[in-house]
Amino acid sequence: MAASTDSAEVPVLGPGQTYATVTDRISGVILTKETPRGWWIGFGIAFMVMMLMLFSLTVLFAKGVGVWGLDNTVAWGFAIVNFVWWVGIGHAGTLISAILLLFRQEWRNSINRFAEAMTIFAVANAGLFPIIHTGRPWLAYWLLPYPSMFQLWPQFRSPLLWDVFAISTYVTISLLFWYVGLIPDFATLRDMADNKVVRRIYGVFALGWRGAARHWAQYSRASLLLAALATPLVVSVHSVVSFDFAVSSVPGWHTTFLPPYFVSGAIFSGFAMVLTLAIPIRKYFHMEDFITDRHLENMAKVMLATGLIVFYAYIMEVFFAWYSGNQYEQFMIYNRMTGPYAPYYWSLILANGVIPQLLWFKRVRRTPWILFIIAIIVNIGMWLERFIIVVTSLHREYLPSTWTYYAGTFWDWSLYIGTLGFFFALIFLFLRVLPMINMFEMKELVHHLSHRGKEH
Amino acid sequence: MSESVYGLIARFDTPEAVVEATRRAREAGYKKMEAYSPFPIEELTEVLDFKPKIQYLVLIGGILGAITGFALQYYASVIAYPLIIGGRPFNSWPAFIVVEFELTILFAGLAAVFGMLGLNGFPHPYHPVFNAKDFNLVSRDKFFLVIESNDPRFDRDRTRAFLESLHPEEVTEVHP
Repeated sequence: MAASTDSAEVPVLGPGQTYATVTDRISGVILTKETPRGWWIGFGIAFMVMMLMLFSLTVLFAKGVGVWGLDNTVAWGFAIVNFVWWVGIGHAGTLISAILLLFRQEWRNSINRFAEAMTIFAVANAGLFPIIHTGRPWLAYWLLPYPSMFQLWPQFRSPLLWDVFAISTYVTISLLFWYVGLIPDFATLRDMADNKVVRRIYGVFALGWRGAARHWAQYSRASLLLAALATPLVVSVHSVVSFDFAVSSVPGWHTTFLPPYFVSGAIFSGFAMVLTLAIPIRKYFHMEDFITDRHLENMAKVMLATGLIVFYAYIMEVFFAWYSGNQYEQFMIYNRMTGPYAPYYWSLILANGVIPQLLWFKRVRRTPWILFIIAIIVNIGMWLERFIIVVTSLHREYLPSTWTYYAGTFWDWSLYIGTLGFFFALIFLFLRVLPMINMFEMKELVHHLSHRGKEH
Repeated sequence: MSESVYGLIARFDTPEAVVEATRRAREAGYKKMEAYSPFPIEELTEVLDFKPKIQYLVLIGGILGAITGFALQYYASVIAYPLIIGGRPFNSWPAFIVVEFELTILFAGLAAVFGMLGLNGFPHPYHPVFNAKDFNLVSRDKFFLVIESNDPRFDRDRTRAFLESLHPEEVTEVHP
């Protein structure tokens, strides 16, 4: 088997791990009274940045969307850019937890928990933006179909409404999937905790889980079915996000390849974010036995593959604009490459298209700090990509008399940076109170690896 | 029986041991038993001859979701608030596919989660087996087999002797 020769090289689990050491090592991070100093510093910074988000939201609600850089021509600014960026990041978590589970990729076991956490926190941020973008967020419930006094119903032929259903289904299913995965680990924490209050709290969330064989059977099948449901879901969510653009008649948006382009871009950016988180976390908490170089390398390979698809899409965008013979499409591309946003466009090509080519080299894939830098660059590149898609198509549309130049204001930037603080604050809280690695799946992995060892 | 017991519990160190013990207990004719482990073991499900039923609930959930999705959009767009948009018919079903799909997934997913919890009887805060000695290790690294006292073949001494013969680490009584 090709997989076993590969695993002989760098294992998916450090040597000498048993059921007990896995449990103690992972739960030890949580069941300790001593919160590491680095945690306080990290959480403190993230929390303060999160305050910036709350402040920006307060200003926004008090003064209205006029504090942003929007105008009549570019009505979709940072809010939509950030929305697409955050949703995309979320998709890697679902990919790791659902699609790799269906393909029985055992290496996913140690990264799926925090990748799923990342999904939920990223989607929480993503969900914020369309709501505040409406201008009157207190009326956001108008988007929901319910028998209202106005006798109005939502317009089900609009992709914007599809988005409401796609995102809310995605949040619900991701949260439930995450919680279901946590139940047996809550039971472990309940059984291992010395403190009575802590034991009670985890006990409530464990729902009385006791590891019965019949429960495990229902549980495993339910997890598998959830994975099978989440897989088409994640593809549909970002396809629907792309419909928001593709169904319109704006140059650069109205193309059929947008759904696969968006989905692969989402996975690309999501894996970049997983690497951004995984590399420092494994270093700080000394989890190298669980998140091995093999994990990093595999994630880098996924990044390379999806990055190539994205790069291909950039090239096709240009090709189709030329091939369409449509002067508006051609001008859009010409304006992108040479217009006022040309530096953004070429940085995006560099960040998403050129720099990821370094991942062809094994040395690069095996060197965590280089991977970390590439991942950060890709995160930025993917943000630029969404900015380019949203802004360059809008700011010089059909009528030259409406042309304008768009730039984010202070409040655009402060809100965006604030959501990063919110995201990292949640990640820090998650690392302190929930097991960052799925304990029962790691024990299952120990079990499987010991069997495989006997066969050789 | 003088003092009531829930059953007898045997503790094992390896998954292989508990699978073998469960198999032997089945062969000895015991019916009311349950094995406990820190992670899912497929062989145990086979030995206990247990067939999970969750998939039927998920199927029903998915079908209900699809019906709800279409019914909702049909009602809103054809009956309650008919509005001509882009010259399309009121029942423009191709445009309804996305929401219908999302609701199918949503309902099926909810059925999977809550169906699993319901079939397993959760939340279930109290269970006699939690009283067993060292049972808190079940979520760490130990494996248990319980033969319940309401099994027709259950006999305190003979069942204990039988469990002892399976090479467990320890056999104790579980009190309700």
